[in-house]
Amino acid sequence: MLELRGVVRRYGERVALRGVSLRVRRGESLSVLGPNGSGKTTLLRVAALLDPPDEGEVLYEGKPGAVTMVFQRPVFFDTTVFKNVAYGLRIRGRPATEIRRRVREALRLVGMEGAGERRVRELSEGEKQRVALARALVLEPELLLLDEPTSSLDPPNTELVEGIIREAEEGCTVVLSTNLPSQARRLSRRVVCLLGGRVVAQGSTRLLEGSRLRRLLGGKGW
Amino acid sequence: MLDIALRSLWISGTATLLALSWGLPLALLLGLGRFRGRRVLLSFFHTLMGLPTVTLGLLLFLLLSSRGPLGPLHLLYTPWAIILGQALLVTPITVTLLCEALERVDPAVRDLARTLGASERQASLAVLGEARRGAVLAVLASFNRAVSELGVAMMVGGNLHGYTRVMTTAIALETARGEVVLSLQLAAILLALVFTLNLVMDLLRR
Repeated sequence: MLELRGVVRRYGERVALRGVSLRVRRGESLSVLGPNGSGKTTLLRVAALLDPPDEGEVLYEGKPGAVTMVFQRPVFFDTTVFKNVAYGLRIRGRPATEIRRRVREALRLVGMEGAGERRVRELSEGEKQRVALARALVLEPELLLLDEPTSSLDPPNTELVEGIIREAEEGCTVVLSTNLPSQARRLSRRVVCLLGGRVVAQGSTRLLEGSRLRRLLGGKGW
Repeated sequence: MLDIALRSLWISGTATLLALSWGLPLALLLGLGRFRGRRVLLSFFHTLMGLPTVTLGLLLFLLLSSRGPLGPLHLLYTPWAIILGQALLVTPITVTLLCEALERVDPAVRDLARTLGASERQASLAVLGEARRGAVLAVLASFNRAVSELGVAMMVGGNLHGYTRVMTTAIALETARGEVVLSLQLAAILLALVFTLNLVMDLLRR
């Protein structure tokens, strides 16, 4: 459903992606694994069509507007949880009763039922990440892109968010970026390893077992 | 006295809305756009914030007088001349403060809106929504400047009794005529209005 062909993306002098090609099939869960600065966020931003590629192309097969992304550092509108989660439905012109029902359902899914009237700025980091997930999931996306979704969370919240992601994977295609091989193994069937803006390995998460991956990365493990 | 105060509110309120009608698209362009010459344009508007009101009044007088290019519109010495003049006077304030408010919004908000399916226009509106406190501040500051100016109202309004007389021109006239009590009463209303607006602006800044 998503294919990147020879994608190059530059930010000024810096080349963030150097000819990345990958294919994501409908319904699969894929981890983009790499150390900080390897180009993971850029890859997701290009896939989300937030940043156009300088070279190469991004092909998406599916309904328009059915791709959504959750940022590493969640961004919110300075208002209530309800209004944040409802935003995507509101701009799609959904009726108020449907918006209320779906927002309630999405908040329940992330364990935030009853938090609709709280202001986002009052939430903890873990709660914010869960609201960001609810805001994406409420749109019932075909493709969900998650940029290091647990990087700012403590272990209990990481476990909680990973549970939500596993549930989401049953309903849509999920591509997430992480710098934790263990997380890639827990959440995905397939992995793409990025290093210096290049795909250095891709395949089943079995790649991550033992020292195989380190060999593939030429000893530049992390 | 009440009719003068109400006329002042109506004229300056309309002028503020008029300035907002063209200042908002300009601010969106300058605040969210990235193009060559943007900084120069911002500096231009910033500089015009200090434009002396009598200078603008004089220019408008020349434009609107019967021999001026806009003479056939017969706007001189009407409330609309003051509205136009005050709108032009406060436009730099509206644009500059709105731009500053838009620039303070986290740039990721725009990306957020787009990842949730917003069009470019909807994403711009989302950014504007995040800048709402600053936007209200811009509108209040513009109104504040409009309602307390004298030069434009005097030069293109003519201070006509019951028609173009506003609080500032009335204060100037009554003081010249020795009606100090009336002047002080009008000044008290104007000051109360300006103080209230400043209080609201202070609350919004926090």
